Amino acid sequence: MTERVIALRGRTVVGGVAEGEALVTRQTISGWGGVNPMTGVILETRHELRGQSFKDKILVFPGAKGSSGWSVVFHMSRLAGAAPKAMIFNEMTTKIALGAVVMRCPSVTDFDQDPLDVIETGDWVRVDADAGVVQVHKRAARASGQG
Amino acid sequence: MKLTDAEKAMLDGSLGKARQKAMQLLVRYAEALGAQRFVETTNVAGVPGAATPFLQRHYQQSGGTYAAIFSHFDLDSDELLEVPQAVTPTCHLQGGYDPQNWQLLGAAPDAVRLAQGSEAFIQDHGVKILKTCTPYLAGNVPQRGEHCAWMESSAVVYCNSVLGARTNTEGRESTSAAMLTGRIPDWGFHRDEFRYGTHLVEIDFPVESVMDWGMLGYFVGAAVEERIPVLRGRYATPDLIRHKHFGAAAASSGGVEMYHLVGVTPEAPSAEAALGGKRALETFHYGEQARREVYRDLNSKASDSKVDFVMLGCPHAALEQLREAARLLDGRRVHGNTALWIFTSRAVKLEAEREGVVQTIRASGAAVLTDTCSAIGQVVPPGTKVVALDSAKQTHYLPAIMGIQAWFGTTSDCIDAALTGQWHGELK
Repeated sequence: MTERVIALRGRTVVGGVAEGEALVTRQTISGWGGVNPMTGVILETRHELRGQSFKDKILVFPGAKGSSGWSVVFHMSRLAGAAPKAMIFNEMTTKIALGAVVMRCPSVTDFDQDPLDVIETGDWVRVDADAGVVQVHKRAARASGQG
Repeated sequence: MKLTDAEKAMLDGSLGKARQKAMQLLVRYAEALGAQRFVETTNVAGVPGAATPFLQRHYQQSGGTYAAIFSHFDLDSDELLEVPQAVTPTCHLQGGYDPQNWQLLGAAPDAVRLAQGSEAFIQDHGVKILKTCTPYLAGNVPQRGEHCAWMESSAVVYCNSVLGARTNTEGRESTSAAMLTGRIPDWGFHRDEFRYGTHLVEIDFPVESVMDWGMLGYFVGAAVEERIPVLRGRYATPDLIRHKHFGAAAASSGGVEMYHLVGVTPEAPSAEAALGGKRALETFHYGEQARREVYRDLNSKASDSKVDFVMLGCPHAALEQLREAARLLDGRRVHGNTALWIFTSRAVKLEAEREGVVQTIRASGAAVLTDTCSAIGQVVPPGTKVVALDSAKQTHYLPAIMGIQAWFGTTSDCIDAALTGQWHGELK
């Protein structure tokens, strides 16, 4: 089986290099009241990732929403060892910028193509946030032929 | 980034290690945003140094002190720092405990002592202890154009929209760093081009009561999400309380940080001016049907008419709202199976005590509480299954946070529920 690798280019938000399995959502994520910082589990009632944890994942999402406590909740997830390994997102806000900084989490935004169209949950992703390059290793082709 | 000489001096450590760490954090933050420079801020509202048992334990190696929490958490510094005085006017927003009524709120004595210690620590560093989500009702009213660094979504939207001052939704770490440097990234709402409206909302049904303004805010937030609405149509100039409930609701159902009310808010002399001469990306209509749907939506989380708990004061009650509650409660008793808690700031409570308003409320069996609220403190009376609320914001958050049912209505509907133990509210 040949592996397909796709490269995305974007802007560095916080530098660093990380790789891991992608966790992808098309919904923005709330910090305070939306995430358990001790486990990284998403709590928001109607969220498609409800009950799943971003711990040690490459979190791919549109961006942050909700309370100004966003950075505190994600900062605490770092202290608790439950932070994502890297973040890939589209919409810049003060919440996500500050959160990425205090999480010390390699993060990239402003991509040449929409990462939400390219990356699926389970793909292996390498984030070189220093260079602003993301390599997506598509997991084995599925019956649906998507990807 | 382009830094001034004063900023370079802070960054190279000439003004001390803590200001250097604060400046480093702000530079990392500004670079993450893509900002080119800083603005000087003269008004910071945050939660500097707020201590929790988790943070105290986590920084035990540095002694678990308030300075350790401030250094490592607020300033994201690996080194333990000596924390200097604030260099710019800074206030502390809401916290987790009412210092006088923490037992009623079921707080643990150790956690309360820890919070009181962090309050004393931060007061010693020049921070005003307002302990409210409504600093503008407790003596902190920024002027038009003033660069602020505020947390708390309902305060941010009030600051930008009603006062015409300028702030992004800041976080704990950025406000604590701003307190020590007087700087915040020049990005977003600090810049003229970012403040224009993007969407138009035509108000076709008259918006009058506080509840009406809360419902309109809830509608607008859901419609425009994080964008900037320009509203025009059928309304009389709203008072401070109506703005407070409108903005808080719009910042909850969506992420609204600024709105323009044509003919009312300072940057909206006309719809054209508020839109910056551009066309609105989309136009929404708020009429009788939309109003009915918002009311139904806000009340969709309740089915039992027996009410155990009524919570008022989200955002923290203004003096006029405490007077209204006192008038409705005067000489009557809260139902034996129901609790009524009204949250406000220390400043407003002091004034209400002077007038005898707090005493009237208390005589009915209700409590007037400060510093926090049910959502922030994550606290309701034991055994609560059904709450009644007059705030669309609190109705958005509290049922999800506490797993309870919530009715939404007017202040008068809520006080009726407190007196009878039953919900009788309906849309009029």
